[in-house]
Amino acid sequence: MSAKRVKRAPAAIVGILNFAKSFPLATIGGIIVLAFVLVAVLAPYVAPQDPNKMNLENALERPGPQFLLGTDYSGRDMLSRLIFGARVSLFISLTSVILGVVVGVVLGVVAAWFRHLQTPIMRLMDIMLSFPSIIVALTIIAILGSGIQNLIIAIAVYNIPVFARIAYGQTLSVKNFTYIEAVITLGARDGRILRRHILPNIIAPVIVQFTLVIPRAIMLTAGLSFLGLGVMPPTAEWGNMLQNSLRWAAQGPHLVIFPGLALLLVVFGFNTFGDGLRVSLDPRMRNR
Amino acid sequence: MRQYIIRRLLQVLPIVFLVATAVFFLFKLIPGDPATVFAGEQASPATIARVRERLGLDQPVMVQYWRYLQRLVKGDLGTSFINGMEVIDLVKARFPNTIRLAFISTILSAFFGVSIGMISALKRETIVDYLLTVVALLGISIPIFWLGLMLIYVFSVQLSILPIAGASNWKNYIMPVITLSAVSVASILRITRSSILEVMGEDFVRLARAKGLKESRVVFRHVLPNALIPIVTVVGLQFGYMLGGSIITETIFSWPGMGRMLVVAVNQRDVMVVQGVLIVFATSFVLVNLIVDIVYALIDPKISYS
Repeated sequence: MSAKRVKRAPAAIVGILNFAKSFPLATIGGIIVLAFVLVAVLAPYVAPQDPNKMNLENALERPGPQFLLGTDYSGRDMLSRLIFGARVSLFISLTSVILGVVVGVVLGVVAAWFRHLQTPIMRLMDIMLSFPSIIVALTIIAILGSGIQNLIIAIAVYNIPVFARIAYGQTLSVKNFTYIEAVITLGARDGRILRRHILPNIIAPVIVQFTLVIPRAIMLTAGLSFLGLGVMPPTAEWGNMLQNSLRWAAQGPHLVIFPGLALLLVVFGFNTFGDGLRVSLDPRMRNR
Repeated sequence: MRQYIIRRLLQVLPIVFLVATAVFFLFKLIPGDPATVFAGEQASPATIARVRERLGLDQPVMVQYWRYLQRLVKGDLGTSFINGMEVIDLVKARFPNTIRLAFISTILSAFFGVSIGMISALKRETIVDYLLTVVALLGISIPIFWLGLMLIYVFSVQLSILPIAGASNWKNYIMPVITLSAVSVASILRITRSSILEVMGEDFVRLARAKGLKESRVVFRHVLPNALIPIVTVVGLQFGYMLGGSIITETIFSWPGMGRMLVVAVNQRDVMVVQGVLIVFATSFVLVNLIVDIVYALIDPKISYS
């Protein structure tokens, strides 16, 4: 008997196509995010020029065939600066959020597992959460000073309570499951239980939250750099590119328009993608 | 109800105390000698020593902390390192400007957010709803400093119809209020839409319709009051976040408020002003949260005060 072989698309592709059909806006967001990450990673290969190369003869060129998005007041190519700016944004937001996840998850799990630590840790997290991100970040920068490293610490500190709360809630619900009681009865040590049995079971909501805080980190990075407290020139960063743009706005409106547009597009991409992801993973949200 | 308010008020004090304590000890970590900053880099060692003594910096840290708390209770936030003015006087001059801006922005964003959110919910899954959803998503994604710059570019640089900076008349309010409200309108719109849609599915709404009530009466009498609780929470939170947003907005429009003062002080490393502004901001957030909780208890019969 000859069996006919039916060609089927791999499950991952079917999954992506189904997602695209149900969440068209989120798919557009996903494509924007993917493009942003690719551009950031491949910056040295895709940027047409050196982002820091000054040439006063070309200063404030309008967008055209030679400089697709024009040049700034020092004659530097805007497109190349935007591309390298994407790299800086991605680096800072990823590192700071990962740092926030690691510290936050550890604190949350520990607070939920060891009852006597619950009140001090979680009250502190609640207080930190009640302040807007920029206040928390500014406090850290006021103490440590500006610069990329301190900016990463500042954004990470803001993200710690966000992840501590999620990890805390998840651990509280997981710790009552029978299999945890079983490993406790078997005599497993606390460290092993937390690492091997609790962590793997609380990680899914942490990942969803991860996609939702990345755009906030990108925005905070740009905001603080715009205030002159984050990434310093000449390093190209979208926020610091906007810092002095108004002074030249009459001669070169593209200096004001493009960095903000890039920021808007990427944050929009992350927000719509994250929203779609959250709804697709949580069926209760579908009717909202 | 009175007991509830008193109990919540008493919870405010430990938080403000904790924040003040954290601010004091965190700022002790700053490298460099505050007495040198205060006296100036060129000051002689004798002058620096005198300043150190005058500021009480020659005392052990715990003594300094105790004096700091004593001063704080009396409302004394210290003296600016840069211009020698009392921080409390600087705050008194600027705080009303910040509050006024935040208050107007909150009221306007609540009005527009709730109205547009209702339209979006009532026109669910029509082209209007889709458009408003995209606009809301753009609204929460827009960098407010860019929005501010674009407004200045269009209305001040190109059209010359609105002033770039200052707070002297009503025209000065237009662009800062729009900048500060954009994100809030979008957030309130989203929560209003989802909250109304949730309530619309309830049995009592179906009953109201079955009774033959007019749609407007169903919406305003039955749906909106029940959808209000999450909306009030978000509006309250927005007021707190407006105070945070004021940092960027005030810097863009040279608004004479606390946010701009904080940025300038951080740039100049004027520790006393930074400490003072942070404590005032923190107290304001905690008080706003308290007021939201009380309003919450007032409008939701399900929340008990005991």
